[in-house]
Amino acid sequence: MIGFKTTSGGEPLLEVEALSVALGRGAGAIPIVADLSFQVRPGEVVAVIGESGAGKSMSALAIMDILPPTAGVTGGSIRFMGEDLLTMPAQRRRMLRGSRMAMVHQDAPTALNPVYSIGWQIAEMFRVHRGATAADARREAIALMKKVGLPNAEERAGAYPHQFSGGMRQRAMIAMAIALEPAFLIADEPTTALDVTVQRQILDLLVGLQQERGMGLLLITHDFGVVAEVADRVIVLYAGRVVETGTPDAILTNPAHPYARALAACVPHLDSSVETLPSIPGMSASLATAGPGCAFAPRCPLRRPICLETRPALREIAPGRRAACHFSEEVLADDSRAVA
Amino acid sequence: MTAVPSPRAADASPPLIEVNGLVCHYPVRGGLLRRQVGAIQAVSDVSFSVRRGEALGIVGESGCGKSSLLNALLRLVPATGGSFLYEGSDVLKMNARELRRWRQDVQLVFQNPFASLDPRMTVHEIVEEPLRIAGLFPRAAERHERVLAMLDKVGLDPQHGERYPHQLSGGQRQRVGIARSLILEPKVLFLDEPVSALDVSVQAQVLNLLGELRRDLGLTFVFIGHDLSVVRYVSDRIAVMYLGRIVEMGPRDAIFSQPRHPYTMALISAIPQARARQAARQRQGITLQGDPPNPADPPSGCHFRTRCWKATDLCARVSPELTSGGDADMHFAACHHPEPAPQGVEIGLPPGRSRAAPELRERQ
Amino acid sequence: MTDLLQATPRAAKDGVEPRRRNRSLTGEALALLGRSPLVWVALVVLAILAAMAIAPGLFTNVDPQRCILLNSRKPPAYGSWFGFDIQGCDVFARTVYGARASLAVALLATLGSTLIGGALGLVAGFNGGIIDAVISRVTDVVLGLPTLLGAIVILATLGNTGGGVLRLALVLSLLGWATEARLMRASVLQIRNAEYVRAARVAGASSLWIALRHVLPNAVAPLLVLATLSLGSYVGTEATLSYLGLGLQPPTISWGTAISDAQPYLASAPHMLMFPSLVLTVTVLALVMLGEAVRRAFDPRSR
Repeated sequence: MIGFKTTSGGEPLLEVEALSVALGRGAGAIPIVADLSFQVRPGEVVAVIGESGAGKSMSALAIMDILPPTAGVTGGSIRFMGEDLLTMPAQRRRMLRGSRMAMVHQDAPTALNPVYSIGWQIAEMFRVHRGATAADARREAIALMKKVGLPNAEERAGAYPHQFSGGMRQRAMIAMAIALEPAFLIADEPTTALDVTVQRQILDLLVGLQQERGMGLLLITHDFGVVAEVADRVIVLYAGRVVETGTPDAILTNPAHPYARALAACVPHLDSSVETLPSIPGMSASLATAGPGCAFAPRCPLRRPICLETRPALREIAPGRRAACHFSEEVLADDSRAVA
Repeated sequence: MTAVPSPRAADASPPLIEVNGLVCHYPVRGGLLRRQVGAIQAVSDVSFSVRRGEALGIVGESGCGKSSLLNALLRLVPATGGSFLYEGSDVLKMNARELRRWRQDVQLVFQNPFASLDPRMTVHEIVEEPLRIAGLFPRAAERHERVLAMLDKVGLDPQHGERYPHQLSGGQRQRVGIARSLILEPKVLFLDEPVSALDVSVQAQVLNLLGELRRDLGLTFVFIGHDLSVVRYVSDRIAVMYLGRIVEMGPRDAIFSQPRHPYTMALISAIPQARARQAARQRQGITLQGDPPNPADPPSGCHFRTRCWKATDLCARVSPELTSGGDADMHFAACHHPEPAPQGVEIGLPPGRSRAAPELRERQ
Repeated sequence: MTDLLQATPRAAKDGVEPRRRNRSLTGEALALLGRSPLVWVALVVLAILAAMAIAPGLFTNVDPQRCILLNSRKPPAYGSWFGFDIQGCDVFARTVYGARASLAVALLATLGSTLIGGALGLVAGFNGGIIDAVISRVTDVVLGLPTLLGAIVILATLGNTGGGVLRLALVLSLLGWATEARLMRASVLQIRNAEYVRAARVAGASSLWIALRHVLPNAVAPLLVLATLSLGSYVGTEATLSYLGLGLQPPTISWGTAISDAQPYLASAPHMLMFPSLVLTVTVLALVMLGEAVRRAFDPRSR
């Protein structure tokens, strides 16, 4: 089970300022993420939540500098341990990636190389970044496999990805990500492809390692349940922009943005017995199709003329909470609609 | 195993669907001559029944056999044994002509609305196709009218009919899939994880639509899913599958408030709940160890025993039968040590739980 | 919560916007093609060539068969842009009139190999089992035969028995269908397992219905791409065979026969070789460019 943790103070590990990402270049570029700002401190779990097309994965890829070739960062800055990632030489950034910052992807058939054994792929981290000998690297890899709970590590080190189950592959990916003891880890939908009983194991493992090592963890997910259990802070994205940030408790019990409220309410609860699930009418907008006003306005029950004309700024509505809605106070004050 | 009676023994009407001892094995071939060297027991001895108008949810994780069960019932793969009575006649023994007739009564809604619609057909053509296959309404104008009526019923506009699938959002595509499966006015809808590929906000729209259609059209649902909270929302009764067998079956609320099989308990406990942290922390979670075993080589006795904290020698030797607490009790579990534990019997505790906190879930 | 979060099955209708025309996948691919300037260059070149093949009289009023020995090997001059060949025939007129035979062979050979290969690939991929095994083995054997060598052997054996364009196209089709069959089989195998095929089965559709209405339309795109590309290579093969004296025979006029005639006089009258070769090269280039563009337009990964 996951214990309480307090946000440790000190310098932020990662500072993202006004980050914008677009697909394509020049006049025809399609904006995907706009004006994204947040910080992750050591030992902190920050969750980015949103539906498909909200831009959450693209933001993560931009931070790791592994955007697809057609996409690029069009503005803003990303500072990691005080250094600006976007202006530093590619060589330096490549060195940071893997050793100081790492990423765990959604379990996909392509995430591990099918022609090398799991042990070899984990050991590769030590050989490439530390210049370890083959024997040393193998020893370290086996120790790491034990650490992430892969049974019979000595024997299984020679096994190939297709011989592993989804959960075990995800453990192997986590082992590779934490091999060089990074200070900062991005987990992009790490449990989405897994069964619920396995999902719980992987979440516990990730957060356990994060706490043990005091890593900063950026967790990208679409699942409010996962957020509620592990995150210290939540960033809710809609159509490429931040609509609300705050603690999971605050957002779950009393959201300040209509989208955050609706999203939390849509999830069928195990103990609710409603005849009709609350749902959000219409379909998700994207940054490119959003009008001049608030991107959520066409689907928002509180919509007023101003919402379609002026985009609400992300503003502080309570200590540690920010929301981008003209009527956040109204949403907050309405206790009767609180989502438990 | 004998047929499990329908939930209300008093209900005189025979069940619409009655599955008895269904077995589905896939051969594992190997060697130069592709000889059969073994078998994956995808479904072993599954029995259940569904009454007219009822919604049965079948829940389980990947590899539990729920998809194979569905494919076998729809005759998309051959069943190895057992019977499937639909209105009294065995579907597994039907010839091609009877089968074609039967298919008009029973339709399937697919999991992935991005893959289950032919990308080169318009929405109108996709929804119309079952009518043309069945040879109903030879006049195109009549078919057109029915398609438009059906699009309206699932919440799509006539102009959506001219679109191609790639021009629609995920939710709209699943509405198209539902319209297609309803155009023949079936009595039974099999639903294969119909919302698992959709975003949560859209998922709620589609679940609501399904509920509404079921009420309006008096449909019988067999809903397959891996997400307990979704299955719970749709179903009257739930069957939990693990490695090819039903391990627990009963009325929805009984399954959730008093699960008897340890696997069901673990499954319920594993779902991350979107509620305030305080509540989440108080919930005593059960974290299962390891992965489900290989279905080609299942453990002896109870299939769940390798991950079960209650497992004893008995579990390794004897495969537990689905049994209920009493004659009137419609809640079945296949476990030698079901909850609530009989007095005075000491068995293992679930990981992360103490004797002092016997309730699985605290109620709000 | 109720008024904030309305649950309505009509919700999806909000998504209807009066937007772009409804395009099928093929329609989108064609629209993408239309945006490339290279495609337009290729299309203009091919349109001119097609016009030459259909109505050569539009381009020249000189009769290519009316040759004056006096003009033999005369270099290009006013009124005879490409000069004269060894027989004293106008090279420009012969090049214009040669388009018909050259393009006809390429077109017919492509059509033949695509039809044979497409049908066999569909049958093999869709049915599987023993039928697939037999067709696949035959495909492997045919694929192992070098097309050019095979054509040389067959044409040399048949000897000069006439038939011209049709015979050549038939021989090329019989030797060239294997690639098409293999490609078709691969895409059919993939589509056969698609979820929408399963959906049609659940709806009770017969195998024939599924094969013709779902599998074929979805499998045919890569075949079209291959056909465009092979058009260019068949133009080249025709020229090669005719040059070797095995393809089209005089008096049939084609680019290959023209090149064949010119070869001995390369040093003294290079214009005889240059102009037919140039037109041949431009044709093949235009077809390859078009084929490449079609391939990219139909490949969803390039979007």
